[in-house]
Amino acid sequence: MTSKAFQRIYTQLEAITKATISLKAQGVSNDELATVAGRLAQVVKIKGDLVTLQVFSGTEGIPTDAEVIFFGEPPALNVSDDLAGRFFNAYGDPIDNGPAVEGERRYIGGPSVNPYKRKQPSQLIPTGIAGIDLNNTLVSGQKIPFFADPDQPYNQVMAQVALRADVDKIILGGMGLSNDDYLYFKQEFESAGALNKIISFVNTTDQPPVERLLIPDMALTAAEYFAVDKNEKVLVLLTDMTLYADALCIVSNRMDQIPSKDSMPGSLYSDLAKIYEKAVQLPDGGSITIIAVTTLNDGDITHAIPDNTGYITEGQLFLRQDTDTGKVIIDPFRSLSRLKQLVIGKQTREDHNQVMNTAVRLYADAANAKTKLENGFDLSDYDLRCLDYAKEYSTRLLAIDVNISINEMLDTAWELFGKYFSKAETGIKDALIEKYWKAN
Amino acid sequence: MKSTGIVTGIIANLVTVEVKGHVSQNEICHIDLDGTKLMAEVIKVSGKNAFVQVYESTRGLKKGNTVEFEGHMLEVMLGPGLLSSSYDGLQNNLETMEGVFLKRGEYTSPLDHDKIWNFTPSAKVGDKVYASDWLGEVKEGWLPHKIMVPFSFREEYTVKTIAAEGEYKIDDTIAVLTDQSGEDHIVTMVQKWPVKVAIGGYIEKPRPYRIMETGVRCMDTLNPIAEGGTGFIPGPFGCGKTVLQHAIAQQGDAEVIVMAACGERANEVVEIFTEFPELIDPHTGRKLMERTTIICNTSNMPVAAREASVYTAMTICEYYRAMGMKVLLLADSTSRWAQALREMSNRMEELPGADAFPVDLSAIISNFYARAGITRLRNGKTGSVTFIGTVSPAGGNLKEPVTESTKKAARCFYGLAQARADKKRYPAVDPIDSYSKYLEYPEIISYLEERVDKDWVNKVNKAKNIIRRGKEVAEQINILGDDGVPISYHEQYWKSELIDFIILQQDAFDPIDSVTPMERQEFMLTLVLQVCDTQFHFETFEDCNKHYKELINIMKQMNYSEYKGEQFNKYLGQLTKILGNDK
Repeated sequence: MTSKAFQRIYTQLEAITKATISLKAQGVSNDELATVAGRLAQVVKIKGDLVTLQVFSGTEGIPTDAEVIFFGEPPALNVSDDLAGRFFNAYGDPIDNGPAVEGERRYIGGPSVNPYKRKQPSQLIPTGIAGIDLNNTLVSGQKIPFFADPDQPYNQVMAQVALRADVDKIILGGMGLSNDDYLYFKQEFESAGALNKIISFVNTTDQPPVERLLIPDMALTAAEYFAVDKNEKVLVLLTDMTLYADALCIVSNRMDQIPSKDSMPGSLYSDLAKIYEKAVQLPDGGSITIIAVTTLNDGDITHAIPDNTGYITEGQLFLRQDTDTGKVIIDPFRSLSRLKQLVIGKQTREDHNQVMNTAVRLYADAANAKTKLENGFDLSDYDLRCLDYAKEYSTRLLAIDVNISINEMLDTAWELFGKYFSKAETGIKDALIEKYWKAN
Repeated sequence: MKSTGIVTGIIANLVTVEVKGHVSQNEICHIDLDGTKLMAEVIKVSGKNAFVQVYESTRGLKKGNTVEFEGHMLEVMLGPGLLSSSYDGLQNNLETMEGVFLKRGEYTSPLDHDKIWNFTPSAKVGDKVYASDWLGEVKEGWLPHKIMVPFSFREEYTVKTIAAEGEYKIDDTIAVLTDQSGEDHIVTMVQKWPVKVAIGGYIEKPRPYRIMETGVRCMDTLNPIAEGGTGFIPGPFGCGKTVLQHAIAQQGDAEVIVMAACGERANEVVEIFTEFPELIDPHTGRKLMERTTIICNTSNMPVAAREASVYTAMTICEYYRAMGMKVLLLADSTSRWAQALREMSNRMEELPGADAFPVDLSAIISNFYARAGITRLRNGKTGSVTFIGTVSPAGGNLKEPVTESTKKAARCFYGLAQARADKKRYPAVDPIDSYSKYLEYPEIISYLEERVDKDWVNKVNKAKNIIRRGKEVAEQINILGDDGVPISYHEQYWKSELIDFIILQQDAFDPIDSVTPMERQEFMLTLVLQVCDTQFHFETFEDCNKHYKELINIMKQMNYSEYKGEQFNKYLGQLTKILGNDK
């Protein structure tokens, strides 16, 4: 953030808490930015002449005579085509030693799209991962998170998805990324030679947590520039939204707000919705698709963060360690893409819907057979075939290291059906059986 | 003279205003931010200070910004042109807004002031009239839209003049009414009404005495909702709340449907915008959009307006009810509205109730549900507002304040069960936990016995009992194993499965199965119970499973076939043969 002329400067603080400072000041507007002893802060409360500012990097060591300089505007980002290929911090300042970006200055966290002007999402986004393309197809303009435990390779999966997806721009919003993960993303993007279509806003774990609150709005302001002004297809990656929510929790706590479920602020739903609802299919062809990561505590989806997320997003992708095959898979039971029916069988082959459902149903039969086995009951011939099928289905289709086209996924599924089951056992429509059945 | 004030404090969208002059609770005001007028509502007054919740983002607002109070509460504009429109929570017309983004401070008129309507008078000069009496009508598409004496008129009036049949705009004078002190009042086709006040003007609100058909079997057959009744659908995410609500919106036997999308996904509203102008209303053959009004305040739109949106929707419903219409209000989701209340209560530093919700949450919800109902109008006709809301309980746990408060207020409960959704048994309405209090109403029982079947309620209760017993034995079978229980247990289990597959489960995406008229529901329930009453003899439990699976398959095919068509009768023949052979 650069200094400007006509700034108002104060040097007398009235109060200091862990995250906020208060002072008497005139002509201050709500949401305005300022620096307090050189640290960035934002106006969060005005009561008469008393103004309270939230200091993003914390208030450690701030003296009562700290210099407070008001900027006269809310957080903003300079947008232009020069954003492409650059890395920024939470304030939108370059961290790649490049020059500052010139361009139109836009306030972040801008207004919503008129719902009446939106278009229904309709473009399939292929990723090569069958657990997604076959079972939970992504559509442009969709918002969907990965639900994953912290030890799962969600950032790797997300980087893969992003690099394979057919989009014009990829915008990474990294919140509380470990420095290793930040470097991983940077290296993946560089080695894919895709750097010119990637823009990153990153807050790493060694930076103050409250700064993270700016990341999604920065990333989405850049996304809106490319999607609305340039009619481009933009994919936004947000990782990790649980750490974002934790930062919200810290702030509300220091503002003495009454916590609701799981000590989260009562406005958590609205706060998350404001971010996710930026996903949109625009009338002029541009779109914003959001893929996020919500880390779970031991798979618990009833916690306020995943729970509120689930009510907002259009489905969720569950990562699970499959102990039978040792692979990380996309769980076909708990994952869901609410928009998949908009493209399945329309932009993919006619047998997609039936093949998808049959494959999952047979996988469910395998799960039942496994329970029977564990409880000591005898297994039938069908049960045994199901178990063998499940292993192969898991390895060849559900695993996240798969990278094939959707037609290949469908063919693989038919091959498995033919190998382990009779036509009647699959219960697929006769017309499709005749056309696609692969006898073993 | 309007009161004015200046801004003295700001925390998010709660603004403190120092007022010069009078101010009333819930009064609307506009804050001037460099020429942009931000609408706000007074929610608390303390000394000279009014606390107002702003319906827009307060970014850039400063101490010292001027405020003008409007002297009235949040109002909606009522008149011809409401039907088929799409509004935001404050009744701004979304279709006529410029640009792709919603602009702060941009307000559009809900009604078209230039459109010509063909008015036919029904009142005569010299008639004595009261508030909500009909003066005449215009055709709003197919709907005879009554022009009424404004609801705010408090006494008896005499019609002095009434417009002749002809073409008028909504602001033209339709009638002049003289009050008892001899003063004249001009009536146009539009009137305004504060959304938080229920519209009166009817003689009485009797107990509901008829059923409102939805074509959804697990509702109509097992737990019917009454016309003018209230119900709610709680369920965790991914259980099919929205699909069920859309099914009711498409098939519900109502003349006017108002859908309030309150704090939900924008893409779901886009689906309505895209599909409703194309889909056909099964009752009239007209396009669904011709009977639908959408109030849309999606989750990313300002939180304070979310609270207003459900009231706006209800007021529009009451307006059409006063015309003698059968109106259905669907709100998705009332939890988001409760959360909006919580956010405000929190900022005002009120002492919190359970889960930080305001302590009067229960009272607010009851009050709102009480606005539904069937009404007898002064001209002897009836109108009704039936209300079904969804609730999104945190973590899918029904022991939370919004669900519990709603349970006290609504008469029907359609609980969506995660376990059923996981098994893809849709609609995932739990047959055991769900209930309809209306099945206990003597009026409803006799209505059902007269219209549907003379022994209907007993049949329904019998079916419910079979489901309940089925669940009990299923637990036994799970514990003891298939061989560990008598075959009769398996029979009981499969009877409940039969009811589950044939009556409860319904394919919302199949053109025939998705809508089941009451006559067909009666036929199928009677048939299913007949099968349940038939004695079969099985040697092994495998025989039993196989037999019932076959029966389920045949009857499922019936559900997918045209009622009493060739295919349907073919499957019915197969079924009768099996039942006969086993006797």
